Amino acid sequence: MANRKVADIDRSIYDFRYGEEDFYRIQSGLSPEIVEKISREKHDPEWMREFRLQSLEIYNRLGVPNWGAPIDGLNMEDIATYVRANTDMKTSWEEVPDDIKNTFERLGIPQAERESLAGVGAQYDSELVYHNVKDEVAAQGVIYTDLESALWGEYGQMIRDYFMKVVPPTDHKFAALHGAVWSGGSFVYVPKGVKVDIPLQSYFRLNAKGAGQFEHTLIIVDEGADLHFIEGCSAPKYNVANLHAGCVELYVKKNARLRYSTIENWSKNMYNLNTKRALVEEGGIMEWVSGSFGSHVSYLYPTTILKGDGAHCEFTGVTFAGQDQNLDTGAKMIHIGRDTSSFINTKSICKSGGVSTYRSSVEIRRSAEGARAAVSCGSLMLDSISRSDTIPAMLVETDKADVGHEATIGRISDEAVFYLMSRGMEEEEARAMIVSGFASDVSKELPLEYAVEMNNLIKLEMEMG
Amino acid sequence: MADAILQVRDLSAAIEEGEILHGISLDICPGETHVLMGPNGAGKSTLGHTLMGNPVYKVTGGHIFFEGEDITELSSDKRAARGMFLSFQNPLEVPGLSVETFLRGALRKKTGRPVRILKFKKELAAALDLLQMDASYAERDLNVGFSGGEKKKAEILQLLILSPKLAILDETDSGLDVDAVRTVSMGIQEYQKRTGGALLVITHSTRILDSLKVDRTHVMVRGKLVAEGDASLIDEINREGFEKYIAMRGGEA
Repeated sequence: MANRKVADIDRSIYDFRYGEEDFYRIQSGLSPEIVEKISREKHDPEWMREFRLQSLEIYNRLGVPNWGAPIDGLNMEDIATYVRANTDMKTSWEEVPDDIKNTFERLGIPQAERESLAGVGAQYDSELVYHNVKDEVAAQGVIYTDLESALWGEYGQMIRDYFMKVVPPTDHKFAALHGAVWSGGSFVYVPKGVKVDIPLQSYFRLNAKGAGQFEHTLIIVDEGADLHFIEGCSAPKYNVANLHAGCVELYVKKNARLRYSTIENWSKNMYNLNTKRALVEEGGIMEWVSGSFGSHVSYLYPTTILKGDGAHCEFTGVTFAGQDQNLDTGAKMIHIGRDTSSFINTKSICKSGGVSTYRSSVEIRRSAEGARAAVSCGSLMLDSISRSDTIPAMLVETDKADVGHEATIGRISDEAVFYLMSRGMEEEEARAMIVSGFASDVSKELPLEYAVEMNNLIKLEMEMG
Repeated sequence: MADAILQVRDLSAAIEEGEILHGISLDICPGETHVLMGPNGAGKSTLGHTLMGNPVYKVTGGHIFFEGEDITELSSDKRAARGMFLSFQNPLEVPGLSVETFLRGALRKKTGRPVRILKFKKELAAALDLLQMDASYAERDLNVGFSGGEKKKAEILQLLILSPKLAILDETDSGLDVDAVRTVSMGIQEYQKRTGGALLVITHSTRILDSLKVDRTHVMVRGKLVAEGDASLIDEINREGFEKYIAMRGGEA
C-alpha cells in the first residue's frame, strides 16, 4: 500500500539514534558507590547526597510491584543510571553539539519554540543540553531552569522544601530509585498572580542504549498564577531494555491554575515507570492532558491531591497499546477539601495483541463534604487478539458527596468502517478516522500542533502491524 | 447499452447463512432515475450494499461494471473514487469526527487535491440551508445524536457535497414525516440538476418519487428482479401492491 511508505518515513522521526563515543556513562547497576559517584558528578549539595543514599536504602528494602504488567524483563544490573553527553547546558541553540541538535531538530523542538512556546528545555539522556526562556516571560519573574543549577541558586531552599515531598521515596520502589539516581528535569516557579500566556515545554530524549532516564520535574504555581506546561518524550528503539522512572511534582497554590500536557512516545523497549503527582490548594485548578503511545510496559497514574476547599481537577487521557505493549494507565484523585471536584475522562485503544488496562482510584475522605467526582472511561479494541481491562476503584468516606462512574468497552464497527470507505476513505484511513474521533476528547484539549502530532501517531500506529 | 454508467450482469450475492441475490441484471444510463421496489426482505438493500462493495456480502456470481470497467472485485473506497455513492438506510455514528472535517476529507480523497476552504465552507452552508439544517450541524459529530430524519438529511448533504456520478439511495424516505420527505426530495433534485447524476432509488413506499422524474422501475421479490417498466409501474404497485409479483416467485415474499 502506498501509504506504508509514509509510515516508514514518519517512524524515522523517532527511531534514529546517534553514537555515544565520547559520552560519560556510569557503570550499570546500583550500589552506594555508584550513587555517590553520580552525586559527585552532579556536584550535589550535601543534603542531596544524603537524600540519594537514603533513597537507595529504601529502594533496596521495597519490593517490586506485583499487581500490574510484568516487568521481569527489566534487570537493574543492566541499566546505566547516568549517561551524560560531553557538553554543558547551552542557552543558545547554535552551541548545542551537532548530533544532539539534529536529534531535536528532527523532533521539531527549536521550530516549536520559535513558533509557539514561552520556553524550552531539552534533555538528552541524563542531562539538559539546552534551556531557554523568552525574555518577556523571564521579565514576569517566571523561573524555568534545570533543577541542578537551581539547587545552588536563589531557589535552593525552595527546592529543598518541595523536592520529593508529594512523592516521597517511600512511596514505591521506583520512586525510591528515582530519589537515588535522579538527574535532569526542570524547575519552574511562577510567582503570585503571574499568568504565562503561552506554554513552556520540556522534551526528554533517551538516546543511550540500556540506560535509564530519571528526570525530575518540579513546578510551583504560586497563588493566583496560571501556567501551561508541556512534556514530550521519545527514544530510539533498541533490543535491550531501557528504563524511564521520572518524577513530576506539581504544586498548585491557592486559586492558581496549572495545565500539564504530555505526549509520550517512548520506543517499545522502554519500561516507563513514571510517577506524577499534584497537590492543589484552595480554589486551585489542575488539568492533566495525557497521551500514552509508546513504551513496552507503562505504569502511569497521575495523582491529584485536592487538599484545599473548592480545588478542582480534570484528567483527560488517551492510551494506545499496539503489538508487544502492555500499558497500565489511569489516574488517581484524593479529595480532602470541602467542595472539591474531579473529573476523569479516558480513552484506551488496543490493537495487534496490545494490552491496555485502565486503572483509577477516586478517594473521597471524610473531610471532603460536598465533593463531586465523575469517572468516564471508554475502551476500543481494534481486533480480537487485543485486550482491554477497566479497573476503577472508588472509596467514599462521606455520604455528602456526589460520585458517578461510566465505562464502555467496544470493538471497532466493521459497518462504520464500510460507511467511511463508501465515501472514499481507504480502509486504514477509515479506521484511523474512527480511532482519532474516539480519542478526540484528548486531542481537542491539546494545542493544535500537538493535536496534529497525536493524530499522526494514531495514523502511524494504525498503519503498523 | 454500451454507454450505461452501471451494468449489472447476472449478479448473485450471499452472506454466511445463504444466497440472497440470484442473478440480477440491470443497466442504468447517465442521468437516469431508476426505482427499485419490492416487499420487505426482498433483498433491495442487499443489492445496494453489494453494488457499493460491502464486504458482508460475498459476490457468488456475475459482474458489476461501472463506466464499462469491471468493479466486482474493487473495495468500496475505489468504487467511491470512481463516482459511486450509497445513502445508508441506517447511517453510522462516528463520535469525534465532525461533519465538516469528514466531508473535507472525503472531498480531498475524491479530487486528489487540497480543498479550498472558503469555497468549501460556502458550498456546505448552502447545502445545509437547502436541506433546512441548522449551520451548527457542520460542527457536530457525524450522525451522533441525530434523529432518524436528521441522519437522512445528512446523507443527502453528503450527496450534494460529493456529487457522485451515480447515487444509490437506500430507503432514504423511510421514517421521515411529510415535510422531511419534501426537503430530502428537494436535495435530490438539486443533485440531479447540478451534476446530471444517475439515481437508483430503493424504496418500498413511493412518497419520495412524487417529485422525481422516473425513467425505469424494477420490482424485486426474494432476490430476483421479476418485473421492469416505466414510471407507470409505480402507480400500478400503488394501487395493487406486490401480491401479483410475489405470486410470480411462488407465493412467498
